[in-house]
Amino acid sequence: MSTVKLTVNGKAVAVDVEDRTLLVQLLRDHLNLTGTHVGCDTSQCGACVVHMDGRAVKSCTMLAGQADGASITTIEGIAKGDELHPMQAAFRDNHGLQCGYCTPGMIMSAIDIVHRHGGQLDEATVRTELEGNICRCTGYHNIVKAVLDAAGRMKVSQAAE
Amino acid sequence: MGVEGIGASVVRKEDKRFITGKGRYVDDIKLLGMTHAHFIRSPHAHAKVKGIDSSAALNMPGVVAVLTGQQIVDDKVGNLICGWAITSKDGSPMKMGAWPAMAPETVRFVGQAVAVVIAETKNLARDAAEAVVVNYEELPAVADIHAAIKSGAPQLHPEAPGNQVYDWVIGDEGATDAAFAKAANVVKLDVTNNRLAPNAMEPRAAIADYDAAEEHFTLYTTSQNPHVARLVLSAFYNIAPEHKLRVIAPDVGGGFGSKIFIYPEEMVALWASKKVGRPVKWTGDRTEAFLTDAHGRDHVTHAEMAFDAQNKILGLKVKTYANFGAYMSLFSSSVPTYLYATLLSGQYNIPAIHAEVVGVYTNTTPVDAYRGAGRPEASYLIERLMETAARQLKVDPAQLRRSNFITQFPHQTPVIMAYDTGDFNASLDAAMKAIDYAGFPARKAQAKSQGKLRGIGVSCYIEACGIAPSKAVGSLGAGVGLWESAEVRVNPVGTIEILTGSHSHGQGHETTFCQLVAERLGVPISQVSIVHGDTDKVQFGMGTYGSRSAAVGLTAILKAMEKMEAKAKKIAAHALEASEADIVIENGEFKVTGTDKAIALPMVALAAYTAHNLPDGMEPGLKESAFYDPTNFTFPAGTYICELEVDPGTGKTSFVNFVAADDFGRLINPMIVEGQVHGGLVQGIGQALLEHAIYDANGQPVTASFMDYAMPRADDVPSFNLSHTTTLCPGNPLGIKGCGEAGAIGASAAVINAITDAIGKNNLEMPATPDRVWRTIHAA
Repeated sequence: MSTVKLTVNGKAVAVDVEDRTLLVQLLRDHLNLTGTHVGCDTSQCGACVVHMDGRAVKSCTMLAGQADGASITTIEGIAKGDELHPMQAAFRDNHGLQCGYCTPGMIMSAIDIVHRHGGQLDEATVRTELEGNICRCTGYHNIVKAVLDAAGRMKVSQAAE
Repeated sequence: MGVEGIGASVVRKEDKRFITGKGRYVDDIKLLGMTHAHFIRSPHAHAKVKGIDSSAALNMPGVVAVLTGQQIVDDKVGNLICGWAITSKDGSPMKMGAWPAMAPETVRFVGQAVAVVIAETKNLARDAAEAVVVNYEELPAVADIHAAIKSGAPQLHPEAPGNQVYDWVIGDEGATDAAFAKAANVVKLDVTNNRLAPNAMEPRAAIADYDAAEEHFTLYTTSQNPHVARLVLSAFYNIAPEHKLRVIAPDVGGGFGSKIFIYPEEMVALWASKKVGRPVKWTGDRTEAFLTDAHGRDHVTHAEMAFDAQNKILGLKVKTYANFGAYMSLFSSSVPTYLYATLLSGQYNIPAIHAEVVGVYTNTTPVDAYRGAGRPEASYLIERLMETAARQLKVDPAQLRRSNFITQFPHQTPVIMAYDTGDFNASLDAAMKAIDYAGFPARKAQAKSQGKLRGIGVSCYIEACGIAPSKAVGSLGAGVGLWESAEVRVNPVGTIEILTGSHSHGQGHETTFCQLVAERLGVPISQVSIVHGDTDKVQFGMGTYGSRSAAVGLTAILKAMEKMEAKAKKIAAHALEASEADIVIENGEFKVTGTDKAIALPMVALAAYTAHNLPDGMEPGLKESAFYDPTNFTFPAGTYICELEVDPGTGKTSFVNFVAADDFGRLINPMIVEGQVHGGLVQGIGQALLEHAIYDANGQPVTASFMDYAMPRADDVPSFNLSHTTTLCPGNPLGIKGCGEAGAIGASAAVINAITDAIGKNNLEMPATPDRVWRTIHAA
């Protein structure tokens, strides 16, 4: 057992876990943050994507201990109170989700994609960048639309800040 | 249409919880004192279980129990059932071997459970499972259809000699032979419909909670049809009588058919919960999903189509072998028979059809309904045949289809189905226009000048949805009725709850079903909530599959609404001292037509519940229910056209354009309908280009993770150009045909027709991987 100290959605936490505990298990089982999902166990589907120190990571493929000292943001931590993150709003407005299972990971990956490309995205780039997130429901058509829409919204909201 | 009524692309009500991480799936639920199950599964495709030694595991920390197949048999938990009886052509019933929830003696596919460890945590259960020693005696296995039907092949079940479940026929053999005898041309085709793994993104899961004092079970499960689960668990598996079993299917992360069935894991969790006296949770991992979720498709078919000298179809002969895997799953028997061969007429006038389907056992994961279920196999076969015929007869493939279209309705096919309505020319025209079919030769020439092989492929699909008229399916062997039920509760404050037997696992019912209420009452959808997925709340339901939830489920809601509205009008008329016949409902008010007299819905509801001033003899309350049984199937149909390029140097396919023109009848929410089409198309494209569940000759699965099985990803598929043509379905009052499966049914033939057009060779099996396409291009 080890104590892992980290910041999750802006809150400092210390959790005693078995050394083999995965980051996703810490989030789901110990902190009850069940918005982060497990879909494949092999780093392929991206349902488990969270942000670690601002970068997208697959939380099923790292030990909780590797996140010691890090700042983790999950799907539960991106809205400001009742105000949705622009990516969340774009997924809803563009019908970018159906069953909702891949959605948290999609949104967390998509935010990272927009940040890394400075908002300069086209359809081909979005499709290439989403290679690590699998959705079985939407056929990706509306997810791609949502990410492009949000890239515009995020640029506007950053410019306003 | 109001802003939230029928036909409006209303943004989904349910989305907020999913985009904020507040969805509640089975694995998100924790119960006090909950234990965790881990199954011990066979590593062999076929073996005798000679012994299980769990003594070391039982001494490990946190282990609560190790339970075996022999124990579940000893406790008289029932074997798994197949709910659709098929009769072979010789009059004999289908031949099935027993399928116990965990195997006591013989395992017949890799992944079949032989025992389960129950422990304090998931990791401890896994650790202990490593310490359970199972002694197997390996037996020879058959991994595919060809191996299974060979004489002298290893046999799976003594009940099914030759590994044959049934040999079933449909249509008129004599009339078909006569049609072929006068044919000017006969077109022949052999096709394999590749085996697929459904892969809903949420793995299956179950939590069973036994209350010893009440002798009552609660099961949380990933189900498309919780009432059907309760019925089967009660009536056939001896788990508990229905009033002692509550089944809850909360948010479910996709189904595609794979979550219709009641699986061994739910049965074992329930049984184990009573045995250990604590809640038991099981959550599958992705490899368990590949090993144990029912697979789809897996047909081998030879077909021949006869044409006269004017290229009119005279007849169709089909022989199909269907792989069922090692056991007969819940609705498996119906898939390659009544859901497949009954659609072999496609969109065409075919005077005579004869089809024979042989169902076989193999040492592989059971096969059952996967999105489309039989109809994709039929559509793929017919549309590959039409394309092959056009090439052989040297006519334009769109024109060959058009000249054979059914244009008069109703139309009785030679294979049971009576198509009620449609306009196949309209959808073909719309698709051809959208893709600029006439301009294709110029684009092909342009591509050729750049070293690319460009192709175009048409697919005109039809399906039978709105499953299904109970009497009709009963006469064909179904063990259940396929009606739907609904209840409308108007609360005393005027808010409305709709309780439905349909189950939403991505389809957006929480929005579309509210839109019907908004349309009829003129109330905002925020005043309406949809209750589903809990047998303690909803009176009954047959669930969601077969594109039935709008055509059947929503019609049940309409019937209940009509009853509620009739009563509410009586109350309003009484309050307004008007004639009931003069009351109209507008904008949430009951108005006396032609006057300014009105009473708002909440006041009517309050009057119903206070019962201070109701018409004489009226019962208090404002709540009505209905059971709706459809009178026919519905027949969504359309045309998909795919244009693509093949790189002759690599065999890689790149999409140029993909257009879809669908006729779904009336659309409730076009945005949601289009989302269903997008998803279906990608599953069809996935089958055509990427997906294949493969076993080696010994029955070992080669594709049991996302690292081996190629799921379609965003960069594998195009964006789509969708349009709709509309003929209203005459079979239900809303005119709805259903949209959930069309994409998966029609897309794969369009892709393969386009690739084979591009490369100029007709024989190409799915999935058309670059390797396979390259070899086909360069084959001598």
